[in-house]
Amino acid sequence: MTVNASWYLTLAAILFTIGSVGMLVRRNILVMFMCIELMLNAANLTFVTFSRVLNDIGGQISVFFVLIVAAAEVVVGLAIIVAIYRRRVGATADDQHLLKG
Amino acid sequence: MAGWIATLVVLASFIVTVLVFASVAGEPASSRLHVENWFTWLSSGQLSIGVGIQVDPLSLTMAMFITGISTLIHCYSVGYMEHDAQFSKFFVYLNLFVFSMLMLVLGENLLITFLGWEGVGVCSYFLVAFWFTRPSAASAGKKAMIYNRVGDGGFLIALFLLIDKTHSLTFTTIFSRLSQLSSADLIAVSLLLFVGAAGKSAQLPLFPWLADAMEGPTPVSALIHAATMVTAGVYLMCRVSPILHLAPDAGHVIAWIGVATAFIAATIGCAQTDIKKVLAYSTVSQLGYMFLAVGCGAYDAAIFLMLTHAFYKALLFLGSGSVIHAMDDEQDIKKMGALRKVMPLTSATFFIGWLSIAGVPPFSGFWAKGDVLSNAWVVSPALWAVGAFTAILTAYYMGRQYLLVFLGDPRWKETGEGSLHPHDAGWQMSMPLIVLAVLASFGGLINLPFGSHLTFLDSWLSPDVGSSLLHNTDSTLQLWLFGIADAVFAIGGASMALALWRNYVNRPALEPRFLSMAWFLDASIDRFIARPSSALALFSATIVDRQIIDGAVNGVAGLFKVSASKLRRVQTGYVRSYALAIIAGLVIMVAYFMIRSGL
Repeated sequence: MTVNASWYLTLAAILFTIGSVGMLVRRNILVMFMCIELMLNAANLTFVTFSRVLNDIGGQISVFFVLIVAAAEVVVGLAIIVAIYRRRVGATADDQHLLKG
Repeated sequence: MAGWIATLVVLASFIVTVLVFASVAGEPASSRLHVENWFTWLSSGQLSIGVGIQVDPLSLTMAMFITGISTLIHCYSVGYMEHDAQFSKFFVYLNLFVFSMLMLVLGENLLITFLGWEGVGVCSYFLVAFWFTRPSAASAGKKAMIYNRVGDGGFLIALFLLIDKTHSLTFTTIFSRLSQLSSADLIAVSLLLFVGAAGKSAQLPLFPWLADAMEGPTPVSALIHAATMVTAGVYLMCRVSPILHLAPDAGHVIAWIGVATAFIAATIGCAQTDIKKVLAYSTVSQLGYMFLAVGCGAYDAAIFLMLTHAFYKALLFLGSGSVIHAMDDEQDIKKMGALRKVMPLTSATFFIGWLSIAGVPPFSGFWAKGDVLSNAWVVSPALWAVGAFTAILTAYYMGRQYLLVFLGDPRWKETGEGSLHPHDAGWQMSMPLIVLAVLASFGGLINLPFGSHLTFLDSWLSPDVGSSLLHNTDSTLQLWLFGIADAVFAIGGASMALALWRNYVNRPALEPRFLSMAWFLDASIDRFIARPSSALALFSATIVDRQIIDGAVNGVAGLFKVSASKLRRVQTGYVRSYALAIIAGLVIMVAYFMIRSGL
């Protein structure tokens, strides 16, 4: 049994599903944040897989972009989360519905 | 001071005009047309309209009599308006009027003429409403303005038609391109210009404003609403005589409207009791005669009547101004009487005015009216008959006015409690009366119908209107017959007045309400045009504007408001619902692409 591309893709799909389901069902902002990271990395894994299969360096370059964006997002996102936790301890995402129309 | 400056300026322009006249008259008849184009005002495609003046026998005649009469009336106004608080303003308006009138007659194209036309209209408004604190004067001014707008509509459409067909508004160019107009176009242009002329010159059905315009100061009535401005329509018709010449059907319409106006206004004049309203309706009537002449293709007769009418009607108005002045602003002829003894000069000059307008030989009106009537006979004896009957009425109503004002008992002594001491006015007011009386007496000399060496006016005008005239060569016998008939009508009408009004002041049978109310024309226009228009305007304001137009605008805004208030519930503020929406969108997109690629 060889580990071919479809294994990687299946793993990526599972990771992405875990991430998206976690995003939808969890209320803790920090956990939701981690789920986003999980989805981003699932996408990265797909990129790398196809880069290897197709022998194209473009996929790996895209991963760099995604990593940079993810890093920037972590900086901003964590700062916001820390700011929120300072104001109200233990708040969940549903308590932050100030944008309700 | 202001009055004398204004008078001297107009006198100077009169002198200049006479000098120009002398030099133009020295040239051969064929080269008396001078067009001075100063600059191009607007140019668009083939159309190019310049600013300039045209000097030819017709415009010179007009310019000369306008400046001449204006000088006299300015001089008279210095005396008449002496005690008015707005003395300077009055002369500013009067001078502005003379300027506009000269622009009207001297313009080398129809647009310049139209500018002058509107200029005299606005001056007329200012001067009719001069005593604007009186509500009647203010509304009379508005009425004059609105009636004239109706006429101006016709004038403007005629201009557009001419621009469309001939690509020009310059008189000389239009006349050289008349072959580009179909006969329907010619009739349309003629009649539309006539609508304009009917507004300005108070012809049926647009004449009621002129009677109300008597609210203005009397010199204004004399200058604007008798001698000059109201004849602008006649001038316009004569100016475009080459167009009218090619549209004889339009000529018939004009002739019939003219003679009908002359007749109706004369009957109304028989029943008026305001000294100035009698004169106002007689002006309308005389203008009707001028349009009769125009419609019959006798443009030189129209100008002849216009000139003599300017003399005797200005005289009559200035005379009535003297009377009003002396009677302490009383205008009701029933409250006058026996002024002959205390105002001999006014009485004598007014008497000359009466004989002249009545057409008693040898005063000027006899020659001018005779010229018009004999031309009307050539076109249609029916026109002549109405005109001749109107001539009897003219002599009658003017006689009635003269008798009630200057003869009979001094009825003003009863009402004035002896405080009135009527007398002739100072020299500023008397001098114009004398000059005009002389002109009214001998004005006929400019165009005596005895051979071509005596028809000075006809030969002088022939370069302008000669080619458009309907040729009318009366034999000597006809000439004498017409002359005798006219004289009989005039003297008959005058003696009728004498017989009926010598010993009476009130004769209700001769002053039926139908006539004193001006055939109810004013009331009908109010009932059938003004009130429905007001109702329509009210309907537009309250229903169309407020409910339909505002309703549409507010309805669109309301629609967005309601839909937005429903739609904003989508924004829950819960991150999970946004995430769900994103996932749902993702699923839909993936499904779409999968279906499209056939998976």
